[in-house]
This record gives sequence, structure tokens and C-alpha cells, in this order.
Amino acid sequence: MIFAQIFFYIFAAILIVSAVMVVTSRNPVHSVLFLILCFFNAAALFLIAGAEFLAFILLIVYVGAVAVLFLFVVMMLDIDFTELRAGVQRYAPIGAVVGIILLLELVMAVGGWKIAPAAAVLRMSPMPLGISNTDAIGRILYTQYAFLFETSSVVLMVAMIGAIVLTHRERTRSKSQNIARQNARQPADTLTMMDVPIGVGVKQLGILRPGPALAAPGEKITLPETDHVAVTHKPGAH
Amino acid sequence: MPIGIGPYLVVSSILLVVGIFGIFMNRKNVITILMSIELILLAVNLNFVAFSGQLHDLTGQIFTMFVLTVAAAEAAIGLAIVVTYFRNRGSIAVEDVNLMKG
Repeated sequence: MIFAQIFFYIFAAILIVSAVMVVTSRNPVHSVLFLILCFFNAAALFLIAGAEFLAFILLIVYVGAVAVLFLFVVMMLDIDFTELRAGVQRYAPIGAVVGIILLLELVMAVGGWKIAPAAAVLRMSPMPLGISNTDAIGRILYTQYAFLFETSSVVLMVAMIGAIVLTHRERTRSKSQNIARQNARQPADTLTMMDVPIGVGVKQLGILRPGPALAAPGEKITLPETDHVAVTHKPGAH
Repeated sequence: MPIGIGPYLVVSSILLVVGIFGIFMNRKNVITILMSIELILLAVNLNFVAFSGQLHDLTGQIFTMFVLTVAAAEAAIGLAIVVTYFRNRGSIAVEDVNLMKG
């Protein structure tokens, strides 16, 4: 019991200190790292409160996904953060006043509060004895709260599609493969079959393609004869 | 739960106040504001879990999971908006976001 209390106060102190560092740190990368420390300590508090499953969900989802997403965005955008902190001295007193007022209100609200005696009767899903926390959550999450569970999946899908739609852009300069166009190509689109009489040069027919760069004048050019016409169709060959 | 409900309420109240203070203090920086919102939601989750442990009621933990879901969705959408805005305007200062003249 005394160990739990000691650990609770250690984790709570680190949690609050790192939360303060999140909002007061000059470098946003440090802010994100302190946010990760915050989540770790909050997960420890969850563990002390008996919510093992949520503690690890918090670590996996927040530290693994959300905080890394923050870190990614902070590092990807080329922002002058010193310019963004220009008005901190001006805004900090207002924030402090609002925070102190809110804290006083919370102290007044919580100070005269106690759990109603009927609260134990009004529980919606009391913790079953003898099974683990994860097991208990699974038993009611997929039965009693199945509708809310699927609604939250819809929320996640909307967020995913929204994020993709917002950040997606057509890249005009990059060359990508157009598979449909590639498959729809016919030989007749690119090849022309021509009847070339024997002994007639390609220059006379007007079908000489622009070839490789010519050599210096005076030098004799010898080109292989078959290179001039790409495809010759000999009548009577088939 | 070996700890009473009181210390948890104190910790989550302080966390909430720190988050709100962060929103007021970093008025220009959207990313820090989003991080402060995450702190506020963490305070809410801590409250839910503390009451769930105190009352031996699992509903609080289920609700915490939904809060986590919505918070993850909010962070993803918010950061996507920040990235798009930075790509279009080259700045993420909140005061510059006045295209709609709201």
C-alpha cells in the first residue's frame, strides 16, 4: 500500500512537471518528447488505478501513433518557432489568471464533494470478480457497447479519409506509371506497316526518322541498312 | 485501488489547468495548442479511470477508450489541416488564419 502511494506521487509529480514543460518549452520537439513522458506517467497512474488494458492502449495509441505523428509534423514543417513565441510574455499573465481562476473553481467544486451513497447501486457494469481487466472490458465492449464500438470505428474512418483528402496532392512533375493506359495500348497506335519497293531509299519515301546525331561533315557515314526503316512489311511474305 | 479518489482528482485538475494555460500561452502556435488539447483530454481520461477504479464500474474505462478514439481522430485531422495550411500559406501562425474573415 505504501509503495503504491509512493509510486503514485512520483508518477504524478513527473506527470505534472512534464505537462508544464510541454506548454512552456521553447523547442516544439522538446514539447513532443515531454508529451510522450506525460503519457508514460499517465499510463503508470492508470495502472495504479487498476486499468491495465487502458494503460497499454494509452502507450500504444498515444506514444506509438499520436505523439509520433506530432513529432513527424513538427519536424516536417519548416517553421520559425521563435517567431511564433513572440507574444508569450504578453499572453502568459492572461493564461495564468484564467488558470488560477479555474483551479480555484475546481478546488471549490471538489472540496465539498463526496461520492453519493447510492452510487454503488447505480453502477452500469460492475467489475466482475476473478477475471482480468482486459477480459472484463472485452466482455462488455463487444456486447453491451457494441454499437458505440462500431460508431467509434466510423469516427476513425472519417478521420482517416479526411486526413488523406486534406493532405493528398497530385504530383505534376513526377513520372508515374499509368497502368490502364499501358494496357490499352495497341500495336497499331505506334507501328505503321509500309510497303517499301525494292531499291527505293527511305529518303525518297519520306519515312526517314530523325536518327542519332550526325557525324562531322566529310566523314563517311555507314549505317546498317536495316536501321532506317523500323518495320518493313514485305508483301507476299506471309 | 490503493489510492483514494482525492489525489487523482487533484492531479487531473492540475493537468487540465496546465492544458488550458498552454492554450492561452501559445496563442500563435497551432501545434502546441493541439498538444495542450491532448493534455486536457488526458486529464479527462485520468478522471474517468480514477472514478472507474474507485466505484468498481467498468463503464468509465469503456468511455475512456472512446475518448482516446476521438482524441486520435482529432489529432490526425488537426495535423492534416496544419500541414495543408502550411503548404498553402507557408506559415502556421494562428493570427494569419484569416482567409474566411470570420
